[in-house]
Amino acid sequence: MNAAYLYSLITVVLLGLIAYAGAEAAGLEVLFGVIIPYLALIVFLIGFANKILDWTKSPVPFRIPTTLGQQKSLPWIKQNKFDSPYTTGQVVIRMALEILLFRSLFKNLRTGFGKDGQKITYKWVVWLWLFALMFHYSFLVVVIRHLRFFAEPVPFFVTMIERVDGMLQIMLPNLFISGVVLLAGASLLLLRRVLLPKLVYISRPADYFPLFLIIGIAVTGLMMRYISKVDVIRVKELTMGLATFQPSIPEGSISGLFYVHLFFVSLLVAYIPFSKLMHMGGVFLSPTRNLANNSRAKRHVNPWNYPVKTHTYEEYEDDFRDKMKEAGLPVEKE
Amino acid sequence: MAETPKPEELFQNIDHSLPDEPWEEIPPDLSEGRFCYPTKKKNLEYLDLPTTTQDEWSPADEEWPIPDNWKEIIHEGFKERLEKYRSLKIFMDVCVRCGACADKCHFFIGTGDPKNMPVLRAELLRSVYRNDFTTAGKILKKINGGRPLTKQVLKEWFSYFYQCTECRRCSVYCPYGIDTAEVTMMGRELLSLLGLNINWVLEPVANCFRTGNHLGIQPHAFKDMVDFFCDDIEEITGVRINPSFNRKGAEILFIVPSGDVFADPGTYTFMGYLLLFEQLGLDYTLSTYASEGGNFGLFTSSEVMKRLNAKMYAEARRLGVKWILGGECGHMWRVINQYMDTMNGPADFGEVPKSPITGTVFENAASTRMVHITEFTADLLRNNKLKLDPSRNDKHVVTYHDSCNPSRAMGLLDEPRYVLNSVCNHFYEMPENTIREQTFCCGSGSGLNTEEIMELRLLGGLPRANAVKHVHDTFGVNMLSCICAIDRAALPPLMDYWVPGVGVTGIHELVGNALVMEGEIERTMDLRFEPLNEETEEDADE
Ligand code: SF4
Ligand code: SF4
Repeated sequence: MNAAYLYSLITVVLLGLIAYAGAEAAGLEVLFGVIIPYLALIVFLIGFANKILDWTKSPVPFRIPTTLGQQKSLPWIKQNKFDSPYTTGQVVIRMALEILLFRSLFKNLRTGFGKDGQKITYKWVVWLWLFALMFHYSFLVVVIRHLRFFAEPVPFFVTMIERVDGMLQIMLPNLFISGVVLLAGASLLLLRRVLLPKLVYISRPADYFPLFLIIGIAVTGLMMRYISKVDVIRVKELTMGLATFQPSIPEGSISGLFYVHLFFVSLLVAYIPFSKLMHMGGVFLSPTRNLANNSRAKRHVNPWNYPVKTHTYEEYEDDFRDKMKEAGLPVEKE
Repeated sequence: MAETPKPEELFQNIDHSLPDEPWEEIPPDLSEGRFCYPTKKKNLEYLDLPTTTQDEWSPADEEWPIPDNWKEIIHEGFKERLEKYRSLKIFMDVCVRCGACADKCHFFIGTGDPKNMPVLRAELLRSVYRNDFTTAGKILKKINGGRPLTKQVLKEWFSYFYQCTECRRCSVYCPYGIDTAEVTMMGRELLSLLGLNINWVLEPVANCFRTGNHLGIQPHAFKDMVDFFCDDIEEITGVRINPSFNRKGAEILFIVPSGDVFADPGTYTFMGYLLLFEQLGLDYTLSTYASEGGNFGLFTSSEVMKRLNAKMYAEARRLGVKWILGGECGHMWRVINQYMDTMNGPADFGEVPKSPITGTVFENAASTRMVHITEFTADLLRNNKLKLDPSRNDKHVVTYHDSCNPSRAMGLLDEPRYVLNSVCNHFYEMPENTIREQTFCCGSGSGLNTEEIMELRLLGGLPRANAVKHVHDTFGVNMLSCICAIDRAALPPLMDYWVPGVGVTGIHELVGNALVMEGEIERTMDLRFEPLNEETEEDADE
């Protein structure tokens, strides 16, 4: 079997232990609470910007949208505006549907093989779409909720989101649905990757690592909230210090769990620019999705277009003049 | 192809279980029948393209005839392409290996070979990209899925980039629109830097460059072939046609895939075009110089594609036509819709295409000045400009194969259907997950329509054939229509093998059959010289 996920799991567990021991036993709070988070942020910002700049430095020489529906042609033929967009507005809608609703994933099919009937079947499957949606949206909500730690006063939308998120009052403090859904989403995506043979086959440590990291973040987060509670006041003191660039480690200790959590987050943030997680930026730039299908109507310019050697008509006629004349084909030069 | 197993056997033997070894460790299968023959040196020399160091060679050879600094050449070529194509960079960086594309490729479905999963096909290139061009890859190497470029990797590229028909079906399902066809195109460009091309692509390219068409038909012979069709047409319809060639001052230049001129059943489609234009009294001309719509340069490199395509505009300019009408061709239309204007434009001749019959202005072709014939014919039908007798196609129970390129790189879906529904009475769609933008490739596109890989082609075409089989069994479909000359060449053997009893036709063959022409005799034969209506004849006998 594929040991790739074991490596990733062990790595993440080890990293967690390092942070725990470091902050709790070795007293390296400043390292794990201040230096690493700042470093991670710097790496992220520079790395992310770099990557985007690098992408945009390469031009889009040709207009290559994948057309997933009827083109705009004759006025009485109904154009599929969002799958074969003709205007920028339509492209924006296409992209929004893709980015907000993961529309392509929604179309997923599973190919089946009926050996006896010699039939191939295609079944609509929504799991990947559903798990991905769960995962990404809950992650977004969690991130927004965390803004409470970095702003004073807490912005209204954060409070609002919190209120909606915490509507399910089955525990005290309020259970935030997002945290649980995040853990579930990430775990389901991980399960897919370790259980479906095809996925196992194409997966590399680089695919498991961020999933374990995120699961680690979710688990430590949930633990701090519901099991081994941390002192939120102190945490906020630390995070506000970071946010206002006056970092300090608060008096008295915050649990080691918190440092593990923060370390995982720092790692994830720093890891983004160098990994497939850059899909969060790349999805906006994919030329098969973000271009209008109107290249027969509007000219598109390729910045590196250069003249090429062709076989000109004159050369062609020189090659075949006699035969052309004999066949009664018109020629330019007698 | 005596050794090709029976269809049931071939089907039963498709194995989708995955190997135990990681894919990096499995060498490509380069046994006879699994690779396309490499190109003859003379074709490369004719085009001034890089050649291998030795004339005769086989991909099965242990050592390939490539220069010693081959790694450097590939590395430089890769770098250059990363700088030229944002698509390549993005597609190298953002795949999350979610697997959504994995079972969407007809070659994977048919062969079960994991490296035919689009995600792994792209990974063949991506692994080298990571290793050589990314910071993380340079540090983490294998952990990050990187691997150094070796001769085995090169062989793998040759094997799997020539087991991709660049059909783009995978890109439909990818959340980031990663188009493995684009990756394949880049991979082939890189191979081409070492002279590693296949003959079934390069020979047509060399021919097109010299004579204007795939088979290298010289101008007089091209005219002769068309004259033959006109004789046949006269015999069938009683109408004599004399199309013009290279005529200056014609309103429209008509360009077909040359396959329609030299290979059945495309020839019947060509006859259909001629009948239609004659009935309309269209002021058009054919060109012997620009006598090819299909562009095999697309399967070689963007530069070669541009070199071949330039002829169309050059000829339109020379002849002084107003616009260009294009025949039923797959890759031609991908190139026209996505590349033509950008690389060969601006189209500084003529005017925005306008149908001289209906007055319709084709705004969607305002810049390229090129209209697809099904757009043109659909407009005629909509405006009641044609008299039709669809019952002449009654012996055909028709279904429609969306050719990959017009579907997924143009969005031409409803026009051909509109035409079909007007010219025949029995039309049935294949299942919805196998048509329109989800259409399955014929398995022989992008230059793979070659005999030596027949079994691979039959496996690649299986998903298409299987859907046809479904409507054949359910509705009695016996005719598969399409708008691509490669399809017309590739689908007949595919049908004969998997769904015997199903023929292949272009749309305009059916138009030609149904078209009631002025001054025609009573038709008893279709354009294939076969009786028009077998069933009614039998009925009359009873
Ligand atoms: S669907 Fe796209 S992101 Fe997913 S594995 Fe395929 S190419 Fe990668
Ligand atoms: S482009 Fe077509 S042939 Fe190539 S990998 Fe994608 S689905 Fe397969």
